[in-house]
Amino acid sequence: MSAETESKTENIEVRQAGQREDADAISVAPNWKLVWWRFRKHRLALVAGVLLFFIILIAGFPGFFSTQDPSQSDTTGSFMPPQGIHIWDDGPAFFAYAANGARNPRTLRMEWQLDESQKVPLRLFGRGYEWKVLGLFTTDIHLIGLVNPDEDKPIHLLGTDRLGRDQWSRLMYGTQVSLSVGLLAVFISTVLGIFLGGISGYFGGLADMVIQRVVELLQSIPPIPIWLALSAALPRTWSVTTSYLAITGILALLTWTTLAREVRGRFLALREEDFVVAAKLAGCRQLRIVFRHMVPTMNSHIIAAVTLAIPVMIINETFLSFLGLGLRPPAISWGVLLQEAQNLQSVALAPWLLLPGVAVIITVLVLNVLGDGLRDAADPYH
Amino acid sequence: MLVYIVKRLLLLPLLLLVFSVIAFILIQAPPGDFVTSYVAELAASGSSMDRLQIDALRELYGLDRPGYVQYFKWLSRILQGDLGISLDFQKPISELIGQRLLLTVILGLSTFLFTFAVALPIGTISATRQYSFFDYFFTVFNYVGVATPTFMTALILMWLAFSKLGITITGLFSPEYADAAWSFGRVVDLGKHVWLPMVILGLDGTARLARILRANLLDELNKPYMEMARAKGMPEWRLIIKYPVRLAINPLVSSLGWYLPLIFSGSLIVATVLNLPTIGPLLLRSLISQDMFLAGSIVLSYFGLAVIGTLLSDVLLAWLDPRIRMEES
Repeated sequence: MSAETESKTENIEVRQAGQREDADAISVAPNWKLVWWRFRKHRLALVAGVLLFFIILIAGFPGFFSTQDPSQSDTTGSFMPPQGIHIWDDGPAFFAYAANGARNPRTLRMEWQLDESQKVPLRLFGRGYEWKVLGLFTTDIHLIGLVNPDEDKPIHLLGTDRLGRDQWSRLMYGTQVSLSVGLLAVFISTVLGIFLGGISGYFGGLADMVIQRVVELLQSIPPIPIWLALSAALPRTWSVTTSYLAITGILALLTWTTLAREVRGRFLALREEDFVVAAKLAGCRQLRIVFRHMVPTMNSHIIAAVTLAIPVMIINETFLSFLGLGLRPPAISWGVLLQEAQNLQSVALAPWLLLPGVAVIITVLVLNVLGDGLRDAADPYH
Repeated sequence: MLVYIVKRLLLLPLLLLVFSVIAFILIQAPPGDFVTSYVAELAASGSSMDRLQIDALRELYGLDRPGYVQYFKWLSRILQGDLGISLDFQKPISELIGQRLLLTVILGLSTFLFTFAVALPIGTISATRQYSFFDYFFTVFNYVGVATPTFMTALILMWLAFSKLGITITGLFSPEYADAAWSFGRVVDLGKHVWLPMVILGLDGTARLARILRANLLDELNKPYMEMARAKGMPEWRLIIKYPVRLAINPLVSSLGWYLPLIFSGSLIVATVLNLPTIGPLLLRSLISQDMFLAGSIVLSYFGLAVIGTLLSDVLLAWLDPRIRMEES
């Protein structure tokens, strides 16, 4: 037998062994592995997962991705249209065209012209203003920077707003706030939902009655007017952080009910299952039965529900801030940014102020696709 | 059926009572009382009130009495049809809200009808032609529809209409009808303007409902009764509309319970952007200027609309689905 055929038979044997292993693997794989295998088949959700990774990266390190201090205003640089980046100039290049602005003597508005003869050379990992990495230490390295920061004027990838602040950088910082409001609000409402839904389903009786009536009441309340009224009642003197937390709490207050209902339904069914009875007979404390035995059986459902709840929260925060009753400047969130585009005049004169809305749409889209993929994969035995 | 509706109706006052407590708490939430801010408002505009008048107002609203007394005074005045006066507008609140409430209801109901008229065919065709171009197109459309905040749609459409067509698409009436009394011409004018906010407001709901319908219909399409009907020679389209669609619609109808109230309160944001004469922008304005009696009355109207919306959908559901009728009575 030649060496070649030998290695072929070996290969086949290895492959067969691999298949056997696959079959074995399926029967012994833990739940999360089965979920992952199923999720992997959902191509669109995988793409969404990768995109979400980048969005989270931006939320984690907004300073790195921005080009300018987001709160730095410049009265002579207001309403500059997006400059854009060019990567081809008779060969690979990396530059932006300089923008020249002049005030219109009649309307007193800045009017801008891109000067194609004047190129501002750019580079990756250039130096700019100083920012704090996760609040720990400072650096001045940014993803995109000027080659000659001392000579050239700063560039504005997505233009500037009314006060001449760089919209791209503000968008990056807004990502951090909007995403974290969504996450935090969903976290609070998830904890509330699991806790109250769990009590309701596990103990039944009076507790169940009371919690269910509260859930029904909260579900019949139209959320938007209540959110508006509650946020309007927040004292204006509160600091940015306090009102950020308060808004998050207000958002979570009316949204835990859906999950509480689902958890209750499953608890009612699970209560009679053999493994719960077994745990009871083995003398487990009730808290242990609930959190060690019952809650884990619906982990994947909870993860899917959470993923689908975050985009709803993000949109709600955007609504509130857009209407001027959510987060307040100097806090930067997508809603706060969109407040600049609240009426036709500003949109007609500076349509790029709508671009933060595109960030909202992309993020919500990504989270919804990912959530749908997770939900489909959550039940691997079906 | 009648028993069912009566049962629902009996629950109404109780629910409204709870809601009135919530609305009252909201009125009380900002620091300072109503009369103090009223006096401050008057002082800011240059006029003033004498001590006696102030005391009379305090007495009327029971401001020096405990909270529950104030609440009952407020409630009894509302039950007599007196919503109080607005600080900001210096007008009775019922006068301010009246017509706006009607327009809110008109906008909400037309959005509701639009949503169903569009979601039904889209959902049905997406399911029966699964994986066709049409199906993919609407899947993408639905995802984007759900992901776009309504005010973004409104802003983008407003901007496009302004920059490409040179028209402004705000408001529910042409200028000549804006403050006119109701007439045939005004109704026609409303019809000409209501469709845009209706489409914007209904986009998200249409996308959701079409997706629910598609999923339900896909489950039904493989059932044996379909084969049976086909074997008997039933034309495909008649079959689909007659059996699986009717079954698949049920979960959709039960979503009415939350959908109609959602439209009413969701119209607030679109109405603000498009500057519609509904109660939404008024609520926003009253909240920002801390005109709390006006704000409380509007929140109460929203509650009322939500309760009526839920009631309507309950009745509709009972009418469509015999199982619910049987169970409840």
